[in-house]
Amino acid sequence: MAERPEDLNLPNAVITRIIKEALPDGVNVSKEARRAISQAASVFVLYATSCSNNFAMKAKRKTLNAGDVLAAMEEMEFERFLEPLREALEVYKKGQKGKKEVSEQKRKDKEKKADSENDKSREEEEEDEEERMEEEPEAENEAEEDEEEEEEEMDIQLFHC
Amino acid sequence: MKMSQNTPDKEDQSSTNKKNISLPISRVRLIMKSSPDVSSINQDALFLTTKATELFVQHLAVASFNNGPGKATNSLSYTDLANTAEEMETFHFLTGELGCRLYRPAGTVMFSASSSLRWCVLL
Repeated sequence: MAERPEDLNLPNAVITRIIKEALPDGVNVSKEARRAISQAASVFVLYATSCSNNFAMKAKRKTLNAGDVLAAMEEMEFERFLEPLREALEVYKKGQKGKKEVSEQKRKDKEKKADSENDKSREEEEEDEEERMEEEPEAENEAEEDEEEEEEEMDIQLFHC
Repeated sequence: MKMSQNTPDKEDQSSTNKKNISLPISRVRLIMKSSPDVSSINQDALFLTTKATELFVQHLAVASFNNGPGKATNSLSYTDLANTAEEMETFHFLTGELGCRLYRPAGTVMFSASSSLRWCVLL
């Protein structure tokens, strides 16, 4: 009977950590409670997506954007989320921009290194670039490509009711 | 699909309240894409939904804990959650205002979503 669409669940470890951080120290959270919260979170995603999508459709857009999600939060009466969401988004966007710059730098780096076989006086410039390279962009670049690629045929076991 | 995760919390507690997020964006995207009418999702929207979900988890956990006998028992139980979902309007979408009952006594959960297409996932 109960087929398990695990793909629609969120990782337990992460959910547990978020719960623990939100509650006072040492609170015992039952396994059933954790599971219920995890499932509720999945429902939340679906509900939020559906709501966001309504806003996108109203605006005759096919792509959900940030504005749609924020509007959805308000619609769902989670105004309390709006401020933290906006702040987080700003930081996220800056991070994305920074990573793009880093990738650009790396690319330029490679080009310059190719040249520097002939020209040794590149050292100064390289030092300068190294200063600007803080974090590694690999994992984050994955996210950028994430959007439109693989249309996986997901085997979601759903019952229509 | 790789997960877009930042380095685990080196800071004190609330790493989830900071700019970075813990939930894997790819998984959230998967769930979003399972929604019927959705064609594509912009990167910022994906991030926001992921972040909002984390905020929601915190909110639900804290509300349920405060709502129940948790302070006395120092615990959070399934019943606390079920009760909170029933009692607090903000969580009513979990209890099947669209017609599917969410929390069943035995602890299995089925949830409903989307007003355009009602579907229930039995777990």
